[in-house]
Amino acid sequence: MTYIAKPRLRHPNLKANKFGFTHRDYEGAVSTLCAGCGHDSISSAIIQACFELNLPPHRIAKLSGIGCSSKTPTYFLGNSHGFNSVHGRMPSVLTGANLANRDLIYLGISGDGDSASIGLGQFAHSVRRGVNMVYIVENNGVYGLTKGQFSATADRGSKSKKGAYNRDAAVDMVMLAMELGATYVARGFAGDKAQLVPLIKGAIAHRGAAFIDCISPCIAFNNHPGSTKGFDYVREHNEAVNRLDVMLPREAITVDYQPGEVEEVTQHDGSVLALRKLADDYDVHDRIAAMHHLQKSKAAGEIVTGVLHVDPEPDDLHANLNTLPTPFNKLAEKELCPGSTALDKFNAAHR
Amino acid sequence: MSQPKVNDFVIKFANVNGSGSASANRLFAKSILRMGVPVSPRNIFPSNIQGLPTWYEVRVSEAGYLGARGGVDLMVAMNPQTWDRDLLSIEAGGYLFYDSTKALPASKFREDVNVIGVPLTELCNREYSDPRQRQLFRNMVYVGALGALLAIDLAEMEKLIREQFSSKDSLIAPNIQALHLGHAYAAENFECPIGLEVRRSDRVGKRIFIDGNSAAALGCVYGGATVAAWYPITPSSSLAEAFQQHCRNYRRDRETGKNRFAVIQAEDELASIGMVIGASWNGARAFTCTSGPGISLMQEFIGLAYFAEIPAVIFDVQRGGPSTGMPTRTQQSDLLTCAYASHGDTKHVMLFPEDPHECFEFAASAFDYAERLQTPVFVLSDLDIGMNDRLCEPLVWDDSRTYERGKVISHDELEAGAEFGRYLDVDGDGITYRTYPGTHSTRGAFFTRGTSKDRYARYSEAGPDYSDNMQRLLRKFDTCRLMLPKPVMRKARRSTSLGVVCYGSTSPAMNEALDCLEDEGLNLNAMRIRAFPFGDEVVDFISEHDRVFVVEQNRDAQLRFLLVNECALDPTKLISVLHYDGTPITARYIMQEISSDVAALKPKPKKKVAP
Repeated sequence: MTYIAKPRLRHPNLKANKFGFTHRDYEGAVSTLCAGCGHDSISSAIIQACFELNLPPHRIAKLSGIGCSSKTPTYFLGNSHGFNSVHGRMPSVLTGANLANRDLIYLGISGDGDSASIGLGQFAHSVRRGVNMVYIVENNGVYGLTKGQFSATADRGSKSKKGAYNRDAAVDMVMLAMELGATYVARGFAGDKAQLVPLIKGAIAHRGAAFIDCISPCIAFNNHPGSTKGFDYVREHNEAVNRLDVMLPREAITVDYQPGEVEEVTQHDGSVLALRKLADDYDVHDRIAAMHHLQKSKAAGEIVTGVLHVDPEPDDLHANLNTLPTPFNKLAEKELCPGSTALDKFNAAHR
Repeated sequence: MSQPKVNDFVIKFANVNGSGSASANRLFAKSILRMGVPVSPRNIFPSNIQGLPTWYEVRVSEAGYLGARGGVDLMVAMNPQTWDRDLLSIEAGGYLFYDSTKALPASKFREDVNVIGVPLTELCNREYSDPRQRQLFRNMVYVGALGALLAIDLAEMEKLIREQFSSKDSLIAPNIQALHLGHAYAAENFECPIGLEVRRSDRVGKRIFIDGNSAAALGCVYGGATVAAWYPITPSSSLAEAFQQHCRNYRRDRETGKNRFAVIQAEDELASIGMVIGASWNGARAFTCTSGPGISLMQEFIGLAYFAEIPAVIFDVQRGGPSTGMPTRTQQSDLLTCAYASHGDTKHVMLFPEDPHECFEFAASAFDYAERLQTPVFVLSDLDIGMNDRLCEPLVWDDSRTYERGKVISHDELEAGAEFGRYLDVDGDGITYRTYPGTHSTRGAFFTRGTSKDRYARYSEAGPDYSDNMQRLLRKFDTCRLMLPKPVMRKARRSTSLGVVCYGSTSPAMNEALDCLEDEGLNLNAMRIRAFPFGDEVVDFISEHDRVFVVEQNRDAQLRFLLVNECALDPTKLISVLHYDGTPITARYIMQEISSDVAALKPKPKKKVAP
């Protein structure tokens, strides 16, 4: 539906954020995905999160691979540079981009076909390197663009639209991200925007590898009885372990809560994650206990959502590489070229 | 041997991989250089860490011929595994140097080869008690003995030991002691010099002695690369490692200790090129280095960089292919896979350095070409120049040189209202303007993609949009031809209708062959191609000659294919001289191939008729 140009008209009283940007400034082109697609809800949540965080849109770079999910960066943040790369390789392109300019916010958008199959390696390595990024997998368990084949995250025993059963074990992206050392791990659901927006905000405020597995039902091919990624199924089995509110640095804490109900996690940039506990025994700081909880719930057929793990003092790739605070793309000859005198010395040492 | 060979012979060391011989052998080669005599050493090594045979061949050539010669005048046979082969490779009248501690039967020698036995093990056992020292110093003992046998200045050797161990003082004295031990034994027991002799000369001049990978890596530092992403593969790994080392020396902030570079050892070649593309897209200069198998893996991304027009610098240090091929042997067999890398219609820029000097120069300028042209640029060197020390002109850098960052629109230009269409050919040269991400809050953002698009980077599957873009890419490729390094020409002493074309590391063997052929009365004009796409000079040269030999190190005549395919040249006049067994081509081989072709061309003399 790209032939429909989005009207430039906007409501005169549209609310602006702290930097004067309206919601419209964070939008993109009209979506070409199917009506009711979970991915569009995620795009909308991203727009909402960036608006609420007062981010200048052009300071965000959005990168993706190939597939339905990877098309979505066209549909949000139209004033940001976007990069639709090759299948499963968004993580390497994002890593390179991040090395070149550490000052931008990197939003990696991928799907289960993109990240859990051909891209599993690059997903894993970008996480273990601690690239400062928000990595969102729009997870629907199915290949949409090629018409309904199972993806690697489809649960064993789940049924395709055509009636075939999936016999292969599912790749659990959340467990992988935890295992590989992602410092912010969350799972959201495209059908619960109120939960998803703060999860994205928390991930953006996080200065390390942030991963969000977002279950995003495919309205065309995976929203039927027998699917474990459909709207109804996820609603019935959703076990949210907490509710998150994100407060920006130096912002008054406005969330209304009873003492003891909420745990506050101050991240490195000063932002505060206020976590309202829903599951008593769930501790987002204890990675091993969290993984244990996730495995137990999975065995019981529950889908755990919320902030699953957070390390408020993460390392990132730049810290590990001991790089200069100035972005590399701002360095010129003076900072980069050792010059002819040094070369003369070098020559002299090689005679 | 009646006449001694002075400053013109080949010594080959047969060693066991991992025995610590490499640094001793290098010191030997360097000591000859320090006497002003050109040498060209070559490592011949297996894909192995310890135990398999390895050789180090040193060609000593007063005339300055740096190509492999073929044949051996003095074999230093330190490896019993390869004894028989090594013995056979010695030219008649040559020398065999061996460890005579243990007596060998007469059947192990050749009558037409002079034998020099030095009891290396016995000398070391007597001198050292530590078993590791006995092994390590044995190498220095034979270097000392060779010094005496060939009349190499002992003081130069001592000086080199002092330089080599300058950071490990304690090793200087025992090494010098070992050197003297061998030297004294040889001087006492043999008439020195033998029929091979190094005599002080002045033929080295200001030239430096360095391997191509290290020089290319330094070129990357000078060229402003800040991001390197790579995956280990022979023979390119030392390029990435050298870059890291050079950066530690030149790119660490004095005050803060922070790095102005990032080196990532990626999970594979796919991720390496992906990171390079991501970094280049974002305005940093980035490169990867690999060899043939890595190029195969990178194909998809290379197509993306071509089509989305993102700069990328890729070093391909070529080795023997196809598949895993001969990982530790040299070839020039990746031209076609690089020239047309990836599916669909693609063509890429390639540079062919001849030696470390050009590795440095081309590495630095590759970033200019890549950014000016907004496309991948391949630097195709090979194992022969990449991993071997080679005597070459000193590296040069003009301090007034600036980085040519290509057509990038700045914040101020956008603010002033500059029209921006990412794929809009404003200047008619096929090269369009780009913006770096994050430049301006409302202008200049665009979507980069591998799908077809219109001039404003909007997704489009419309035929005219697609063709328009593909045609522009061809115009851009035409622009490349004017920018890239021109071929180097060499005119024969006499006018001739014969020409010869070579590229890359074959150039020293080619030059030597041309000298020798001219001495024999066979004149050829020569052209060394340095870049693809070819400039007009290349076409003109071939048009001006009736018969043109194309010398290359692959089976399928890949450069010849490119010449025929890209320049519509008459294939019948392009005669291939191909050498692809993994060893570097020799002047002897080139001469033989060209001479026999030319001889066959000459009209056969008519039968003599009685007068």
